[in-house]
Amino acid sequence: MNRQKLILVGNGMAGVRTLEELLKLEPEMYDITVFGAEPHPNYNRIMLSPVLAGEKTVDDIVLNSREWYAEHGITLHTGDPVVAIDRQARQVKTASGLTAGYDRLLLATGSNPFIIPVPGHDLDGVIGFRDIRDVELMLESARKFKKAVVIGGGLLGLEAANGLKKNGMDVTVVHLMDILMERQLDKPAANLLQASLEESGLEFLMQAQTEAILGEQRVSGVRFKDGSEIPADLVVMAVGIRPSIELAQTAGLHCERGIVVNDTLQTFDPRIYAVGECVQHRNNCYGLVAPLFDQAKVCANHLAQLGFGRYEGSVTSTKLKVTGIDLFSAGEFNEAEGDETLVLQDPAQGVYKKLVIRDNRIKGAVMYGDTMDGTWYFQLLREGTDITSFRNTILFGQHDLGDAGHGEETRVVKLSDDAEICGCNGVCKGDIIQAISSKGLFTLDEVRAHTKASASCGSCTGMVEALLASTVGEGYAAAPSKKAMCGCTERSHDEVRRAIREDGLKNMRGVFDTLGWKTPDGCTSCRPALNFYLLAAWPGEYQDDAQSRFINERAHGNIQKDGTYSVVPRMFGGLCTANDLRAIADVSDKYKVPEMKVTGGQRIDLFGVKKEDLPAMWKDLAAAGFVSGHAYGKALRTVKTCAGKNWCRFGTQDSTGLGVQLEELTWGSWMPHKFKLAVSGCPRNCAEATIKDLGVVCVDSGYELHVGGNGGIKVRITDLLCKVGSEAEVLEYTGAFIQLYREEAHYLERTAPWVERVSLGYVKQRIVDDEAGRQTLYERFKHSQQFAQVDPWRERAEGAEAHEFTPLNIDRLRAAS
Amino acid sequence: MTDWIAIAKLDEIPKLGARKLKTEQVEIAVFRTGNDEVFALRDRCPHRGGPLSQGIVHGHAVSCPLHNWKIDLHNGQVQGPDEGCVNTYGVKVEEGVVYLSLASVESAA
Repeated sequence: MNRQKLILVGNGMAGVRTLEELLKLEPEMYDITVFGAEPHPNYNRIMLSPVLAGEKTVDDIVLNSREWYAEHGITLHTGDPVVAIDRQARQVKTASGLTAGYDRLLLATGSNPFIIPVPGHDLDGVIGFRDIRDVELMLESARKFKKAVVIGGGLLGLEAANGLKKNGMDVTVVHLMDILMERQLDKPAANLLQASLEESGLEFLMQAQTEAILGEQRVSGVRFKDGSEIPADLVVMAVGIRPSIELAQTAGLHCERGIVVNDTLQTFDPRIYAVGECVQHRNNCYGLVAPLFDQAKVCANHLAQLGFGRYEGSVTSTKLKVTGIDLFSAGEFNEAEGDETLVLQDPAQGVYKKLVIRDNRIKGAVMYGDTMDGTWYFQLLREGTDITSFRNTILFGQHDLGDAGHGEETRVVKLSDDAEICGCNGVCKGDIIQAISSKGLFTLDEVRAHTKASASCGSCTGMVEALLASTVGEGYAAAPSKKAMCGCTERSHDEVRRAIREDGLKNMRGVFDTLGWKTPDGCTSCRPALNFYLLAAWPGEYQDDAQSRFINERAHGNIQKDGTYSVVPRMFGGLCTANDLRAIADVSDKYKVPEMKVTGGQRIDLFGVKKEDLPAMWKDLAAAGFVSGHAYGKALRTVKTCAGKNWCRFGTQDSTGLGVQLEELTWGSWMPHKFKLAVSGCPRNCAEATIKDLGVVCVDSGYELHVGGNGGIKVRITDLLCKVGSEAEVLEYTGAFIQLYREEAHYLERTAPWVERVSLGYVKQRIVDDEAGRQTLYERFKHSQQFAQVDPWRERAEGAEAHEFTPLNIDRLRAAS
Repeated sequence: MTDWIAIAKLDEIPKLGARKLKTEQVEIAVFRTGNDEVFALRDRCPHRGGPLSQGIVHGHAVSCPLHNWKIDLHNGQVQGPDEGCVNTYGVKVEEGVVYLSLASVESAA
């Protein structure tokens, strides 16, 4: 096949990231050639500050070695900038006179530091802070000279000043405004920052406008508008960057501040794409890394001719990479008319946090001194989460929000390197940081793949994200607000569910074909999700796909570490008779069950059953009247009950009887995740109903319905949904709540995070306020239950899916060997 | 000695699924992909010994049911950042019947 030619102009982070994304999608489509102006392979530009400060070396920050280019068959020309594009001939020309033709051209020319055109700006010793060459010049100056002046008190200027100070220079920061980092900080935070930097030895001249740079051959000083002068041997201009657009402009491409691109990152010439700091998208130019990565992903999608990604702009956050200073800001951190602000100020500890709130949603955040929860606030901001239910404690951070398991541990930045972060896989903080820096990781998924940290139960995800953020600074590519279901598609869970419903997709093949799945038959993430979505959308019509279910649901038992299974018969409401127990005891004897225990949900678990024995064992259990307990499924698990008023002297209602009714209504239903119920007979709540997905607490005057609780990794106490007066209403509200969850939650999303995501207010509106809507939901639930309440154990005992339980057994093989 | 012996009809192995085959020496997982290719691997994940025959088959890979390690059906290599390898055995399908290469089982054992 004749490959097309792709040329990348600009060997920086945005361009090369686009190539990486492209190679993931279509490794064979293009012959790729890269031209870079700098003599280095692609390096991590945001790590220049640590290099200047002596905390890292140039080698540490290389992202793609020359071997990487060679391995992927990419031709790399370094130190040879492209100087002209001939769009008619589809050729580029470099400074050294090389020409190369292209079918597609990708511009990632980045940006240039803005040098204020004052007299003397071209003297020796006046530089920007942009690339490895600038860093080398600064380090060289620090060896020979003493006095440095940094013009610009923004992010870059302060990082430069800090680095020069560490290299032994006396540094004065000159800033035009009255506060530092005015684009990222409000006044109180900026003042704290300035005080702390002054303490470390930096000097500041605020509201000072540079008039001229003095000197003959080399710079000797700086003069200001008010006539005052200070001496200087080195002047670093860090007043901002300008998209580098000269090349594009000369080629006649439409440019304004940057090279103008549409939502597919295409310029006005359809053969030419552009990404990174050089582009202007919907009137924004970005100078941080996270947006560039979002762009890279979309651009690669179009270069691969898939054609469905769209870049719709980014919300950015900032961290200052000056060791010992914790600072974070995001969004609209200066309140506008009518906004509310939440502020926490502790001058003695040097802590300041401010959240700007509009309509109970975070619009902006500034933090100084304690930035641990920056990523959490940023996530709430991007996702537009309603914070009503926790706004009274939000400033104390996420660990204050019922995270009983971890609490103080989330102060992860202060932990030592050997502190264990991921308890499931035994990964320490040092391992994670090592992997992030040495392998150049930017996303949570990458860290999971390489270290396994947070790849199992996920409870340490917040800590891992915090480590990512603190290690790579603003390069940390926080999960985009629209999350793709998995690597097989760009579409989110919600989009896929909508398409299944609206386009009438009734089988998995239809989903793959209609929605353009990238893999022939999905993966272990999307197949089980799609199977559930189809089942929930088309009860009675969709043919359940056993091969898309995790083994536990396919074998209707929990696989144990030795490959045996466990069996949990259903006992409605936890009630049982002597005959029930005798039957279980007999089965246990007959199949030599090595261990039995009572589960947390008041059922009996029989461990160590061989897979081949399951159908026969189920047959015996079915004969004694038992059905599957679904203890293995993303399904209705158990209804836990207390003694209730039949026996308990405090009981107000018949909690066991109601529990049995609830379990009879709901058993067998498949859910996005496991679902647990409980009924307590009085507010003493012995059935622990307030940590269940739905808990009923009986009171003298009726029944309180509580939702969204969780007793697992992260304990969450339920929210009170409402109070009802009769058992019939309990059943109706429960059925409706379950159906809403089944129809709208994402697969593997428990009710606790779901309720937090969609807000309790929304659930109340659908279940409590909208009476007709509630009844329809309940009807739909009962309809789907007709098909769901078929005991899978009995079916299999009677011979269904026999291949699942019978191994192939070839005597001939033994005979022949 | 004939090398190839019939072990099952293709239809007896579910599409995108597997059957376990018990032999004296070893347990083997026989996989069938979405496009009806058949592969045989030792039924034991190199990670913690999980039964691969119980995993989810996708593309030309199976994911172990215990900790989700992904194994290439062609060569038994563990994919992605994890490392390891599992024995593969010769299989072929002729006229709807799946044959296993005995020699490949014995040389591996």
